[in-house]
Amino acid sequence: MNYHTPSTFEDAARLAGAAGGVTRFLAGGTDVLVQMRAGMVLPDDLIDLKKIPGVHDIVQGADGGWRIGIAVPGAALGAHAALVADWPGVVEGMELVGSTQVQGRATLAGNLCNGSPAADSVPGLVAAGATVEITGPDGTRSAPVEEIPAGPGKTTLAPGELISAILLPPRGKAGGDAYLRFIPRTEMDIAVAGCAVNLRLEGDTIAEARVALGAVAPRIALAPDCAAAIIGTTLDEAALAALDAAARAACSPIDDKRGTVAFRTEVAGVLARRAAAIAYSRAKGE
Amino acid sequence: MAKDELGETLHLVGTRPLRPDGLDKVTGRARYGADVSMPGMLWGAVVRSPHAHARIVKIDASKAEALPGVKAVVTRADFPEGLTGENWNLQENTMAGERALYDGHAVAAVAATSALRAQEAARLIEVEYEVLPHVIDVDDAIRPDAPVIREGAADATVPEGSPPNVARYIEFGHGDTEAGFAAADLVRERSYKTEATHQGYIEPHACLGQLGADGKGEMWVCTQGQWYIRQMCSSVLGLEAAQLRVTPSEIGGGFGGKTTIFMEPLSLALSRKAGGRPVKIVMTRSEVLRATGPTASASMDVKIGMTKDGMITAAHAEFRMQGGAFPGAPVDMALYCAFAPYKLPAAQHIGYDVLANRPKCAAYRAPGSPMGAFAVESLIDEMCRELGLDALEVRLKNAVKEGDRASYGPTFGSIGLVETLEAAKSHPNLAAPLGPNQGRGIASGFWFNHSGETSVSLAISEDGTVQVSVGTPDIGGSRASIALMTAETVGIPYEDVRVNVVETGALGVNEPTHGSRATFASGKAAVVAARQAIAEMCRRAAAEWGIDPEAVEWANGAAQPAGPNAGKFPPMGIEEIAAKMGSTGGPISGHHESVPEGAGASFGCHVVDVEVDPETGRTTVLRYLVVQDAGRAIHPSYVEGQFQGGAAQGIGWALNEAYIYGEDGRLQNAVFLDYRVPVASDLPMIDTQIVEVPNPGHPFGVRGVGETGITPPLPAIANAIEAAAGVRMRSLPMSPPKVLAAIRAAREG
Repeated sequence: MNYHTPSTFEDAARLAGAAGGVTRFLAGGTDVLVQMRAGMVLPDDLIDLKKIPGVHDIVQGADGGWRIGIAVPGAALGAHAALVADWPGVVEGMELVGSTQVQGRATLAGNLCNGSPAADSVPGLVAAGATVEITGPDGTRSAPVEEIPAGPGKTTLAPGELISAILLPPRGKAGGDAYLRFIPRTEMDIAVAGCAVNLRLEGDTIAEARVALGAVAPRIALAPDCAAAIIGTTLDEAALAALDAAARAACSPIDDKRGTVAFRTEVAGVLARRAAAIAYSRAKGE
Repeated sequence: MAKDELGETLHLVGTRPLRPDGLDKVTGRARYGADVSMPGMLWGAVVRSPHAHARIVKIDASKAEALPGVKAVVTRADFPEGLTGENWNLQENTMAGERALYDGHAVAAVAATSALRAQEAARLIEVEYEVLPHVIDVDDAIRPDAPVIREGAADATVPEGSPPNVARYIEFGHGDTEAGFAAADLVRERSYKTEATHQGYIEPHACLGQLGADGKGEMWVCTQGQWYIRQMCSSVLGLEAAQLRVTPSEIGGGFGGKTTIFMEPLSLALSRKAGGRPVKIVMTRSEVLRATGPTASASMDVKIGMTKDGMITAAHAEFRMQGGAFPGAPVDMALYCAFAPYKLPAAQHIGYDVLANRPKCAAYRAPGSPMGAFAVESLIDEMCRELGLDALEVRLKNAVKEGDRASYGPTFGSIGLVETLEAAKSHPNLAAPLGPNQGRGIASGFWFNHSGETSVSLAISEDGTVQVSVGTPDIGGSRASIALMTAETVGIPYEDVRVNVVETGALGVNEPTHGSRATFASGKAAVVAARQAIAEMCRRAAAEWGIDPEAVEWANGAAQPAGPNAGKFPPMGIEEIAAKMGSTGGPISGHHESVPEGAGASFGCHVVDVEVDPETGRTTVLRYLVVQDAGRAIHPSYVEGQFQGGAAQGIGWALNEAYIYGEDGRLQNAVFLDYRVPVASDLPMIDTQIVEVPNPGHPFGVRGVGETGITPPLPAIANAIEAAAGVRMRSLPMSPPKVLAAIRAAREG
């Protein structure tokens, strides 16, 4: 196995593009190292990205948007008061990943690139309208987060491409987001179903909304019907019931060791209602 | 013995000093199974069957053997033939013979110069399998047309014409059950199922074994019982027991699962083949879950008759349990314990020990008792609801007392069930208010407690401190409790006693730390040994004073004349006697070995409050109370720890733990991520109340406390869930999908 420590994303992309065998990028390593120890993945080339300048930084732009380095761990997100104030739903999703020890290493970019339909930080990013900056052998491009997952364990990134930053839009006024997941335990578990809601109010009425569902389909995705169910409402009982139904209709889960189709579907509706209520209350500044 | 009789003169028993192993454990200095290494050591890795049931057609290790650094490969061909009974079972489980009997069954092992090289070599060993039909669930395994796990497995107890996987049949009872049911106002019969669960110890199995061509060997191993390891390894490998010296490590949990062998003989077999170089094998968590002892799964039918004022008139139980591909499911224990808290005019018990394509079960904390309790304590609760009776009052009304005949045969001596139930009844948790979707459940539990072969030595050091050598590894605080009892007996400070868990060469045969026996049996033997040393110290003082030894008595750590007539001498302390023992007759020690009599049974009662989320089926444990009879708590913190630990494991068993097998018979959740033991934040602080009804069979009144605590949680939580959500869960685990489905079914009528 070859271990690389490039100092630019361009170098990392070149290394990855030229590598012939199994390649893995190393940021937090909380998936890759565990997979290596379990013998699930034995990479020929391991490209450590933590030496690249800026990967540990959280920077707010002049427009109020955020640029989050790909090696920023969950614990650092949670400790960043201004980021938490803007995007509590994004941060709470990331903070649900693993244990305290894992939080010291695990990253948003890694959680996204691991390709799990149950990744806890991804629905929040999708609902927030986050984008990623992608560096590849042919240069840099950007893409909405929801375009990255391609199914369990897979991403749409081309060979040699890697994520070089996570970008969150400006929060703006009267906005709120929230993420909830269901697990049988209280922590250190994988989502059986998850839902993130991001919305903006005009008065008491929801003017804009984005809803993303996790662990109920092969990939984490936006649920436009869920958003439509609550836009233009004050999140009254009827809106919540419509949201619940829309969330259930958007599910196409599997039966597996972590949950059944019926359970995941029903709970997705429950989580959508509950997450929407939290996001609404945050948007109201409550 | 009356409680006050004991209480007056005790200075140390009942106090809570620091644990002797505490500093080692918090600083990382404690040596666990994987911490022992030796010069020239090799690493072992095990090749395991990916199939639930398969004929082993061919094993080709040539590629592995060609790998540099590979020093030995062993298969079943390296083990002696002709074993019978449990020895054959152990050998077959250690290394598959003609067939792999479960996913994870060892089929070959390799030793190499590094762990990575050994793992690489294991991947290169090619095993050709012919996959056979398999069976996982106990109710499927007992069908007459089930795949046959092993021809001729049935022992003499099994009636002719029984299904092929029934290995053992148990039947016992007393009284006229038909008349009892006829006298009842309400008779109910229900079926219950419990899943197999793993002990879930934090420390995976680990050992370092060394065996020469001369049959002399040594082993360092994480175990609850070094003599069991010695005997079992010797049997499986055809060695002479005394030639194998086994040293136990510090132990990171056992719960019964480390009272038997798994990969230990493989390290010895590999070592022997590698010219006597020591071989270390450390299991991964996945190997632990796939191939080491879980408990059995159970399917149970229970029938109870009750009068409308809550008297139980008769009971009937039929339990079917699978304990893997070998006989040994604790169906007998489950039946013995099931009705133990109740005085029954008539009871009948029938049990089937059934084989299935799953790992060989090992002991797990009160083996069998939690399953039996789940069925019986659930049904009693259901009947109390139907009759509008208070579940605690009904338990009091039917409670066994001293002199009552136990449901499993013998007559109870001194027991503390009534005291335990009364203590639960008056505990403040029973008056705590409950909110919406919250409910309270109670259940009783029982474990016999065991004594077993015990050998203990005690020696006075030159400075008057005392060392105690015991053969029971410390898994729950026994070093502290034995030090307390020794110091109390000798009349010296707790800190002046060191209790060592010693290797097989140092003592006669000891059974493992199992059956909640260490503080009872090793403690009782240590007290007898201490008394011998005291008698010798009195003789030394008498000799110096020139008086009769009978005229000397021992008090407060010193010999002194027994009365004014004995002569006027100042007390001679243990330090003084010890300092000159070399010139007064040599070393002073005490030794005791026996199968101590009088292990006292322990009853418990748990009260749990839960909240069930009606929209997700998720159960949150809000409040949990363990009340249990400890006889006497030598070190109350450890007793409370045992109570809490039993409850924590029981909560996991009740709510989420289960083996999940695919259609192919492979275990799908062989990691802690998906084998869901509770994490700390899943549990409330578990309240405890120690009841002390002294056991007359122990010098300080001790009853074992380690096991009873896992017995009531399963039914207590099921009873609480019905109170909270109105649904009766008769199948474990009571996981959110199952509870939600039950809530929906109830709602939709």
